Amino acid sequence: MTTETALPPLAAKPQPRPRPVRRRRLLTSLGKHAGLTALSLLMIYPLVWLVVSSFKPNDQIFRDLSIFTTDLTIENYINGWNDLQHPFGLFLANSTIISVGAIIGNLLSCSLAAYAFARLKFTGRPILFAIMLMTIMLPFQVVLVPQFTIFKELGWLNTFLPLIVPKFLATDAFFVFLMVQFIRGIPKEIFEAARIDGAGHLRSFVQITLPLMIPALATTAIFTFIWTWSDFFGPLIYLRIPETFPAAVALKGFLDVQSSSDFGSMFAMSVVSLVPLFIVFLVGQRYLIKGFATTGIK
Amino acid sequence: MSSLGELRSLAVGRRRGGPRIQERKPDTKAAYLFLAPWILGIATFTIGPMLASLYLSFTDYNLLRSPLKDPPPFIGFQNYIDMFNDPSFWNSFRVTVQYVLVSVPLQLAVALGLALLLDRGMRGLSFYRSIFYLPSLLGGSVAVAILWRQVFGKEGLVNGFLGWFGIDAPGWIGHPDYALWTIIILHVWTFGSPMVIFLAGLRQIPEMFYEAAAVDGAGRVRRFVSITLPLLTPIIFFNLVLQIIFAFQTFTQAYVVSGGTGGPADSTMFYTLFLYRTGFLQYDMGYASAMAWFLLIVIAAFTALNFWLSKFWVFYDD
Repeated sequence: MTTETALPPLAAKPQPRPRPVRRRRLLTSLGKHAGLTALSLLMIYPLVWLVVSSFKPNDQIFRDLSIFTTDLTIENYINGWNDLQHPFGLFLANSTIISVGAIIGNLLSCSLAAYAFARLKFTGRPILFAIMLMTIMLPFQVVLVPQFTIFKELGWLNTFLPLIVPKFLATDAFFVFLMVQFIRGIPKEIFEAARIDGAGHLRSFVQITLPLMIPALATTAIFTFIWTWSDFFGPLIYLRIPETFPAAVALKGFLDVQSSSDFGSMFAMSVVSLVPLFIVFLVGQRYLIKGFATTGIK
Repeated sequence: MSSLGELRSLAVGRRRGGPRIQERKPDTKAAYLFLAPWILGIATFTIGPMLASLYLSFTDYNLLRSPLKDPPPFIGFQNYIDMFNDPSFWNSFRVTVQYVLVSVPLQLAVALGLALLLDRGMRGLSFYRSIFYLPSLLGGSVAVAILWRQVFGKEGLVNGFLGWFGIDAPGWIGHPDYALWTIIILHVWTFGSPMVIFLAGLRQIPEMFYEAAAVDGAGRVRRFVSITLPLLTPIIFFNLVLQIIFAFQTFTQAYVVSGGTGGPADSTMFYTLFLYRTGFLQYDMGYASAMAWFLLIVIAAFTALNFWLSKFWVFYDD
């Protein structure tokens, strides 16, 4: 595959060319597709193997590593679902509650802050804006111990509150920035017209900005979902009772009891925990890629 | 404009794409109402805790004690002295720096290479882009880290493949020389998100630059070196800075791949994993706070170095 890293053809609109050149181009293009297809397979293969293995009888998983097999069973899913202290459905429900709470929090708080930063003129704006941008880059370790202490003193350990409440206070600055970028792209004449018609800031926010920034809200919701669903560190320190575990932490249980070497169950529940991410990827791909692109350039 | 670009223009004092609100009376009162949740959040969950952890790093704060009823004793620089004399600390630092310095450039190089390959109206672009992007969405999950343990295990997928060629390889996860590399490969596997950013950046380069260059007789290599690469440098820089910052904080993959131990032989004892074990398993929160502040300083130094170096290779057209 490494032979495929040759420079891409950067030429502008291809002019009609004499035959031999065109044939050479066709060959280059074929080679390129062959290389990319091979790389795609290599990238995806571990995931496909995970899915196929989760349907194999336990003793077959490592004996036969291929993904072509007819010996399939759903036994792993039945066993895995009930393998831990609680049915896996409970962990999925916990993950869902935390994710939905985080999404609502981020949508509300980040859009409010973004409106102020993008549309309003006020004293202290440059400093606050700079602080907001810098918090995107702040390593979480540096606030970890005091945050933990706060939640412990509040008696919030083993509840979902430490994972949800901060989102209602716009602590995910990345999304504030994403929304600021988006609101700036809305033609300002729209806001001017609303102002002349007598709309105050609240109305301008609720009735004009929010409907127009639905793509940015969608991107925020999708990213929040993916990051919260996969989050491991937060639940690991705040949730110690199995009943409160989200799927990510519950999966760890399979590593601890691996003396039984029940790989089938572990694979099956891994697949189950990845399915929501995969669905969101399929549905929200457009927003994901756009969201990344708009905040990532220059 | 990226967050870094914004910061830069704030620092340079130049407004680019800022709010285009002129000659209107300030909306300070409304603005602070809109900002209220954010200000409350930044005060209670960011700035307050930052200062608190700085203070706690000079104390003998133990997790089992309530800091309000029973204030931890002030011990000066003792945590920092202990830390700098602790071989385990330096090991975790070395492991993490090694990971950052290898995995970040490697991942960005792969991302850039593929973005260039996929650029310019290639057929099937969106298909390849989706396939390459998918791992970067799943890569942070525990499930994928669990999968990685099996892929690189003694009986795993990789060794099964090598077995076809008669190679009898060790269990990569269980070998102190290779375990870190499996996590590096996991990071490289998630090259899709920087690739998407590069692709978007490539699309912003005006076609007429290439047309003009072609008229002037510039060849393919020349156009790449003189147009594509310089115009991409701000995006490469942005990715480099942020990826380094995030890579320093890697936790989940190291935790799961090593089963929470940082093993074998501490070869995957990442900085954050060591910090977690010190603070939350040994309850030594003062030490953990000192580690956190040291990490902040290291990350700030890396970022400052990056900004300084950017003068020599990043091209800004303003």
